[in-house]
Amino acid sequence: MTIAGPPRRALTAKRRRLYLLVAALITLGAAAALILNAFEDSLVFFVTPTELKAKGAPEGRVIRIGGLVEEGSVRRSNADPTVRFAVTDLANRVEVRYRGILPDLFREGQGVVAQGRLGADGVFVASEVLAKHDETYMPKEVADALKKSGQWKPGAKGQGGASGAEAKP
Amino acid sequence: MIAEAGHFALILAFVFACIQAVVPMIGANRGDGALMDTGRVAALGQFTFTLVAFLALMHAFVVSDFSVANVAENSHSAKPLLYKITGVWGNHEGSMVLWVLILALFGAAVAALGQNLPPSLRARVLSVQAMIGAGFLLFILWTSNPFLRLDPPPADGSGLNPILQDPGLAFHPPFLYLGYVGFSIAFSFAIAALIEGRVDAAWARWVRPWTLAAWCALTLGIALGSWWAYYELGWGGFWFWDPVENASFMPWLAGTALLHSAIVVEKRGALKSWTVLLAILTFVLSLMGTFLVRSGVLTSVHTFANDPERGLFILALLMIATAGGLGLYAFRAPTLRAGGLFAPISREGGLVLNNLLLGTACATVFIGTLYPLFLEALGGGKVSVGVPYYNLTFVPLMVPLLVVMGVGPLLAWKRGDLAGALARLRAAAMITGLAALITILLNDGPALAIVGITLAVWLLTGALTELAERIRLFRGPLGDSLRRLARLPRAALAMTTAHAALAVVVLGITASTAWQSERILIMAPGETTEIAGYGITLERVVTVPGPNYAAERATLRVTAGGRPIATLRPERRRFTDPPQITTEAAIRTTLLADLYAVIGDRQQPGSDGGGKAGWTVRLYHNPLVPWIWIGAVLMVLGGLVSLTDRRHRVGAPRRAAAGSDTAGARPA
Repeated sequence: MTIAGPPRRALTAKRRRLYLLVAALITLGAAAALILNAFEDSLVFFVTPTELKAKGAPEGRVIRIGGLVEEGSVRRSNADPTVRFAVTDLANRVEVRYRGILPDLFREGQGVVAQGRLGADGVFVASEVLAKHDETYMPKEVADALKKSGQWKPGAKGQGGASGAEAKP
Repeated sequence: MIAEAGHFALILAFVFACIQAVVPMIGANRGDGALMDTGRVAALGQFTFTLVAFLALMHAFVVSDFSVANVAENSHSAKPLLYKITGVWGNHEGSMVLWVLILALFGAAVAALGQNLPPSLRARVLSVQAMIGAGFLLFILWTSNPFLRLDPPPADGSGLNPILQDPGLAFHPPFLYLGYVGFSIAFSFAIAALIEGRVDAAWARWVRPWTLAAWCALTLGIALGSWWAYYELGWGGFWFWDPVENASFMPWLAGTALLHSAIVVEKRGALKSWTVLLAILTFVLSLMGTFLVRSGVLTSVHTFANDPERGLFILALLMIATAGGLGLYAFRAPTLRAGGLFAPISREGGLVLNNLLLGTACATVFIGTLYPLFLEALGGGKVSVGVPYYNLTFVPLMVPLLVVMGVGPLLAWKRGDLAGALARLRAAAMITGLAALITILLNDGPALAIVGITLAVWLLTGALTELAERIRLFRGPLGDSLRRLARLPRAALAMTTAHAALAVVVLGITASTAWQSERILIMAPGETTEIAGYGITLERVVTVPGPNYAAERATLRVTAGGRPIATLRPERRRFTDPPQITTEAAIRTTLLADLYAVIGDRQQPGSDGGGKAGWTVRLYHNPLVPWIWIGAVLMVLGGLVSLTDRRHRVGAPRRAAAGSDTAGARPA
C-alpha cells in the first residue's frame, strides 16, 4: 500500500512509477494469493450419476450432480418440508434428499442440477437444487451428461427439449 | 409487409453504418470537412433506420403477427400488452436489435450533441462507433434475423417464459444495454484519441459525461436485475455471483474505475495512458458480457438464449475489438505525453489505489467466471465457482477500498497531508468506533458483520465529513454554510452522494446477509408460526384467476405483539402457454427490514394417515435489505447530479484555456 511518510526529495517520474509498480504488485500479489486460497476449497466439481457410481465422491466435499429427475421418484415427507427424488442420466441414478421449496421449474422427467454432499448412506444431501429456466429447459451439464450416457435425443430445441429426453430406461 | 420493411430498414442501417465507418475516417485523415460531416448524417441515418426496424418488430409483437417466426416463438395473443412490448427484447433476436438501437442512439447523440468536439475527433469517434454497429448489424442480419416468416403461420404463439413476465425484468435489459453499450462511446473516444495521438484534459471532459451516463444506466440495470431476482426467484437472496450477473458486474467495476481515472486526466493530466486502456477494457468486458449471455457457454440461472454459432460470431467481434483496441494501444500509447507528477499520498494517489483495487477485484471476478470454461476446454472436468470463492477473494479486496474511500477525498491534489486528513476525520473515526462497539455487543451473526458495518459507517461519516469541511459546517454561521452548499460544484455534491450511497449499499448487504432469519415448514390452514418476533398465521389458500394464469394464493396474517399488522399474499402461478409455474413472493417492507413469504407445494397426508395436509411455506426476515436498492438509486442520483455539473455544458476548449489547473495538461 502507498501509505508511507511523505518523501523528502523531489519526486521524479521514475520514482513515481516505482511507487505505482510496488502498489500494483502488492495488490495483484494479494489477489493471486486470495484466488489460489479460494480455489483450494471452493471449487465445486460437476459429476454425473454414472461417474458418481464409478468413482464415488470425495468425502465431505461439495459437488454438483446433474441429470433428469426420474419419473415417479419424487417422494415428499409429511412431517417437514423434505423431498426425496432420484437424479438419473438414464444409465445410473442417485437418490437425493433436499429440505426446502423446490424451484418452480422442478418437474419429473426434466433436467436438474443439485449441489450438496454425498452422505454415508449413499443418499446425496442437496443444499441447493437448480432447475434452469433457459429457453430450452435443459441445463448444459445435463445435456452433456445425457450425451455421455448415450441417451441424448437430438433435435431437442425449444420446449420439446426436455420432453425429447423423457424416455424411460 | 411491415416485417419486410423492418428487415429492409435493418439492411439500410447496415449500409449507413458502413458509410459512417469509412468516410469520416478518411475525411479526418485528409482534413476534409465535407467527408467528416458525412459521419454525422450517416449516424443519424443509421439510428433512424435501426429505430424503424425496432418499431416494426414491436408492431409485429403488439398485433401478434404469428407469421413472423420470432413472434410465434416468443409471444402469445393472451399476453398482457406490456409483456407483448417487452417481449420484443425478451428473446435473442429482439434483444440484439435493441442492443444495436442503443449503439446507434449513442452514435447519433454524439453526432447531434457533440458540436464542441474538434471535428476530426468527432469524425473518428463516429467512425469507430459505426464499425461496432456494422459488426453487430451484420451479426443480426446473418445469424439472428428477427423478421423471418413462417408459412403457414401457427394459430397462436408459444408464449414468453412466464418468469420474464414481470415489470422488474421487463425494464432490466434496456437499462443494462444502455450501460453496456454506452461504454462503446468511451471505447470509440479512446480509439479516436489513440489515432489522433492526443489525450488531454479536454478529451477527458468529453469522455466523462458519456461514461457517467452509461454507468448510471448500468447501475440501475444491475439493481433492477438483482431486485427482480430477489422477489421473483423466491430464494430471498439478491445476488448469486452467477456468471450472467458477473458479466454485467465486470464492466461496472471497470467503468467505475474509468470514471475515477478520467477525473485525474481532467484535473491533472496524469494517468492518460491508463485511462485510455481502461476505456478499451471496459467496453471489451461489456462485449464479453454480451458474448457470455448470448452464446450460452456458461450455465447460469439467467441464461435465456444459447446457440454456439451465434456465440462464435460474437466471439469473433469480441476478438476483433480486443485485438484491434489493444494492438492500437500498444502501438500508440507510448506517444501519449505523461502528465503531472504527484506524491503517493495525494488525491491522485488515492484514485490510483481505487483503480488498482477495482481493477484487481474485477480480475478476481473475471477469473472466477471464466475458470470453469478454461478448465473444461483443457479437459479438466466440469466445475462451478460459487459464492464461497467470491467471499474469499472479492470481499477482502473491498475492505482496503472502503477504508481508502473514507480518506481519499480529503487529500489535496498533487501532495496530500495524511495526518491533517486523519485529524479532520477524528469525529468520523469516533462515530465509527462507537458503531463498531455497538455491533460487537449486539451481533449474533458472523464476525464479518462487524467488519461490514464498521466500514460502511466509516465511509458514510467520511463522505459527510468531506462535505462538512467543504461548506465549513460548524465553523461559522449556519447561513454561510448553506450558501456554500448551494454554490458547491455539482461534481462535489455528486461524489458525496455516490460515496454515501455505497455506504448505504454496504450496510444493506451486510445486515441482510449476516442477520437474515429463515424458516421452512409445512403449515396447515389456521396454523401459526413465528419469525423474528412476528407471528405468522396461514389463514387460507384459494385459487384465483389471473390474465393468463391461475394462481394459488395464500393469505398469511402477520401479527406483532398479538396485534395484526399486515397480510401477506404469496402466490404460485400456473401458466399454460408455455406450461410453467412461477412463484410470487409476498414482501412486507418497513424500509428497515423485509418480511418475505413464499408458498410452495401442497402436501397430502400420507397414505397411512400419518403426517398432515398443508402447504410448504418459506419465510424470511431480511434486515436492511431495501437499503441495497435505495443505495443503488442514490448512487445513480449521484451520477445524474454529476452530469448536470456546469463544466460538462460549458465549452470545454474555452475552459481548458482559462483554467489554471489544467494548464500543465495542455497538449504541447
